[in-house]
Amino acid sequence: MTDTPLSLIRNFSIIAHIDHGKSTLADRLIQACGALTQREMTNQVLDNMDLERERGITIKAQTVRLSYPAQDGKTYVLNLMDTPGHVDFAYEVSRSLAACEGSLLVVDASQGVEAQTLANVYQAIDANHEIVPVLNKVDLPAADCDRVKEQIEEVIGIPADDAVEVSAKTGLNIEAVLEALVKRLPPPKGDASAPLQALLVDSWYDPYLGVITLVRVKEGRLKRGMRIRMMSTGVVHLVDQVGVFAPRMTNVDELGPGEIGYINAAIKTVADTNVGDTLTDDRRPASEPLAGFKPSIPVVWCGLYPVVADDFEKLRDSLAKLRLNDASFHYEAETSAALGFGFRCGFLGLLHLEIIQERLSREFDLDLIATAPSVVYRMLLTNGTTEELHNPADMPDQSLIEKIEEPWIRATIMVPDEYLGAVLTLCSERRGMQEDLTYVGNRAMAVYRLPLNEVVFDFYDRLKSVTRGYASFDYQMDGYEESDLVRISILVNQEPVDALSFIAHRSAAETRGRSICAKLKELIPRQLFKIAVQAAIGSRIIARETIGAMSKDVTAKCYGGDISRKRKLLEKQKEGKKRMRQFGKVEIPQSAFLAALKMDQ
Amino acid sequence: MDGPMGREEPLALYVHWPFCLSKCPYCDFNSHVRAEIPRARFGNALRRELAHEAGRMGERAERPVVSSIFFGGGTPSLMAPETVAGLIEDTRTLFGMTDDVEITLEANPTSVETGLLRAFRDAGVNRISMGIQSLEPEALRFLGREHDAPQAIAALETARALFSRISFDLIYARPGQDARAWRRELDAALALVSDHLSLYQLTIEPGTRFESLFRQGRFHLPDDDDAAALYELTADVAATHGLRGYEISNYARPGAESRHNLTYWRYGDYLGIGPGAHGRLTRNGATFATRRHRAPEPWAERVERTGTGAHPEERLDNRDRAREMLLMGLRLAEGISTTRFRRRTGMTVPDATDPDILHAAIGEEYLVHDQATGILRATAAGRLRLESLLAALVL
Ligand SMILES: Nc1nc2c(ncn2[C@@H]2O[C@H](COP(=O)(O)OP(=O)(O)OP(=O)(O)O)[C@@H](O)[C@H]2O)c(=O)[nH]1
Ligand code: SF4
Ligand SMILES: [Mg+2]
Repeated sequence: MTDTPLSLIRNFSIIAHIDHGKSTLADRLIQACGALTQREMTNQVLDNMDLERERGITIKAQTVRLSYPAQDGKTYVLNLMDTPGHVDFAYEVSRSLAACEGSLLVVDASQGVEAQTLANVYQAIDANHEIVPVLNKVDLPAADCDRVKEQIEEVIGIPADDAVEVSAKTGLNIEAVLEALVKRLPPPKGDASAPLQALLVDSWYDPYLGVITLVRVKEGRLKRGMRIRMMSTGVVHLVDQVGVFAPRMTNVDELGPGEIGYINAAIKTVADTNVGDTLTDDRRPASEPLAGFKPSIPVVWCGLYPVVADDFEKLRDSLAKLRLNDASFHYEAETSAALGFGFRCGFLGLLHLEIIQERLSREFDLDLIATAPSVVYRMLLTNGTTEELHNPADMPDQSLIEKIEEPWIRATIMVPDEYLGAVLTLCSERRGMQEDLTYVGNRAMAVYRLPLNEVVFDFYDRLKSVTRGYASFDYQMDGYEESDLVRISILVNQEPVDALSFIAHRSAAETRGRSICAKLKELIPRQLFKIAVQAAIGSRIIARETIGAMSKDVTAKCYGGDISRKRKLLEKQKEGKKRMRQFGKVEIPQSAFLAALKMDQ
Repeated sequence: MDGPMGREEPLALYVHWPFCLSKCPYCDFNSHVRAEIPRARFGNALRRELAHEAGRMGERAERPVVSSIFFGGGTPSLMAPETVAGLIEDTRTLFGMTDDVEITLEANPTSVETGLLRAFRDAGVNRISMGIQSLEPEALRFLGREHDAPQAIAALETARALFSRISFDLIYARPGQDARAWRRELDAALALVSDHLSLYQLTIEPGTRFESLFRQGRFHLPDDDDAAALYELTADVAATHGLRGYEISNYARPGAESRHNLTYWRYGDYLGIGPGAHGRLTRNGATFATRRHRAPEPWAERVERTGTGAHPEERLDNRDRAREMLLMGLRLAEGISTTRFRRRTGMTVPDATDPDILHAAIGEEYLVHDQATGILRATAAGRLRLESLLAALVL
């Protein structure tokens, strides 16, 4: 039973640039509130996916309910939401923000305001959040609180005088953060007697419990045994369990207005849990759904195919389960001449793509081939229709295309003075147009418009290397523009490998065609027959490499005793070949595929 | 039609002697070192197993006649000559032998064994295959051999005085061996022998001492391009001395080929006795793969107890036979007779191979299919890439 008065509830998100210490601060807050014992604590305890722990980043937002006895003598319920910092997961942040009234804006005091600090804080301001700035890592010798406060005021435009100075690592000043939360953030509003309106914030699949749904109750009460209705679909479910994350799952009888918790309602199909949907009481429904949030739009698409064709159904099931954990990724069935049956999948960015792929292989034990990632192009066809192009292989003949448009972004790059030159060069190489260039102390903030296509693949890596990791980067979609784009097909022994075709600006086509041919020559092992690798625009060949036939492959000795062994070896080889992709007489090992698709474009 | 008819073809007999003086670091054969080689026990066991197998092949009149015997190993020159004599005598009584029967014994050129060559000749051996491996002192040390170069030459001289047919083995494409060095060594070797040579490229076999050394990076082998060049050089040098590469690693003056080994490559029937020996036997129109217990002493125990150390036989279906015949037959320069292929396997070559690959391989001149003679054969280029060719070609 939780029957907490609204005045004693504080809901907040922790937002920051990547690695500024959100998850570590969450650890300290959990500890300070005694939710976990010393023994139960690990570093970044909320990062519970293997992948999160290995990479040291947060991928999924996490929620914890804490109880904090404040200096005013009252005990408050604090609902903490730790969010990811990486730009690909901005959507996770926006959902958390919708469930809270305030944000802790964590800024690394040794680094200052970075690109995602800006992006996230602006989202929080848009969500009408009260914001408490927290300067973290003050234990570091490079920490410079005064300068960072100045930056916050100057660049973001919010007061930073009473920013809390902490070290999440050493635990310094954590109590002050808790007091600031209680004193400075507003309590939620809501009417316990009104018809139920609960925001569906997130849902995921738990192998033991089935679908778990994270909700924020806005109005009314959400009780065990209630029949709830999903307002977008009208589907009704019986609520089996209601609970909170403390941080372990703990059942309660009901959740009142202002509270955040989970329900378990024997929901089986993915389609029934649309993130952003409103849950209401089937017997006494609310008249209006909540505002929800704008759906996430995948910006990078690629095909995912099972290495073993028999795994197609398994892939379908796994994607459905993953989608339940991650509403921001999209998929639809497609077929490829080269790869057979698979799915075209949409992601929020390349890191997101990489993570989904890795989860599919780890959590679902699938061997996959991914095709070259592509952004979404818009084609105006001569017959007057407009089509979105998710897959370069689907691009119609040039003669049918009136014009083709590509997505642009508005990028914010923050970088120390001395690297600015390198950044500007990189941006102009990528067809960027400068919009703005300002200085905050010795840091420059460059705003550029760039074609997304030039950014999604290796822009981060290049940016990191030309600035030795000192630049930060964030972007937003910024419309479509006509462009001179061509599709480059890759042919192996004259046969097009649809999975390797890609779209590029005409000015870059030849260079990229040549480099992918050269890369394939390196990656495809020499085989029985020589192999021609070509890049073509339409029927015009723009690059060509030949992989010579292997020079020798024969066992020296073979007498009577070896016949059985050799036959069995041959049979095994035939099995092994199923793991290769066959293009005519050419086998492309999966590793070559992956590497070619990953290569710097 | 289900199976081949083997009756009109004679039988090859393989006898395995599993002991050596020491284990060579490259060797993955079924060879073992014992402080005292149990010569008498294993001699008796071999004779007993031979008799047992003969008994399984019907009455004396129904049994095929033997056209070749091969004493292999291990080091069969460590056998007691009486055992060799006894096995040859047994073969004559149990099966009968063709007039031109070829009886080969593998010998190592240590002085002890060289001393026994005359006794082996008197026992009936008419062909010697000598494990020389190299004529370079340093290479012999690297290969862990028990003999040195002068011993090798002395052994060959002794053998030449006793036998009209002599072959020896050399291992090339060794670490650091360039084309010039190999040509020199091969020329010297060809001056010593006139009718048959087995020339193997050094390969790293799993489970050998060389494997672990190689993995540790203690030595390197020539890459595929260099190895291919050495292979081509080998064929050229052999040809200037009148020896033709009739199988991937075997070179002979025409007519001097090892008839016993040709039986394997032509996919004829052979009976294998002794520890780990394999066989292919046709019975009532079906082909069986036979195999014997590998470990020497347990094999001997079984023979002593039951008359044979055989494992259960595996019956080969048409597809198995087709695969085996292709992977053996394409090693031979003469190739495969498609008529014989049909007779031995119950399948046609088009049934057994991928038509696209067959076509492409002919186009690339890896294979030649002579419609007039009905011969399918791999060219030198095809044989050089045979494993990949087979993996793609054979269905
Ligand atoms: N010296 C010092 N290091 C800290 C402090 N807080 C966090 N760190 C370190 O900073 C790194 C990033 O911390 P996280 O808590 O994972 O950062 P995050 O903001 O959650 O990162 P994302 O979720 O990936 O955006 C880790 O190596 C932490 O140990 C601090 O107060 N002082
Ligand atoms: S002598 Fe021959 S069988 Fe014996 S270990 Fe050496 S290579 Fe192997
Ligand atoms: Mg984190």
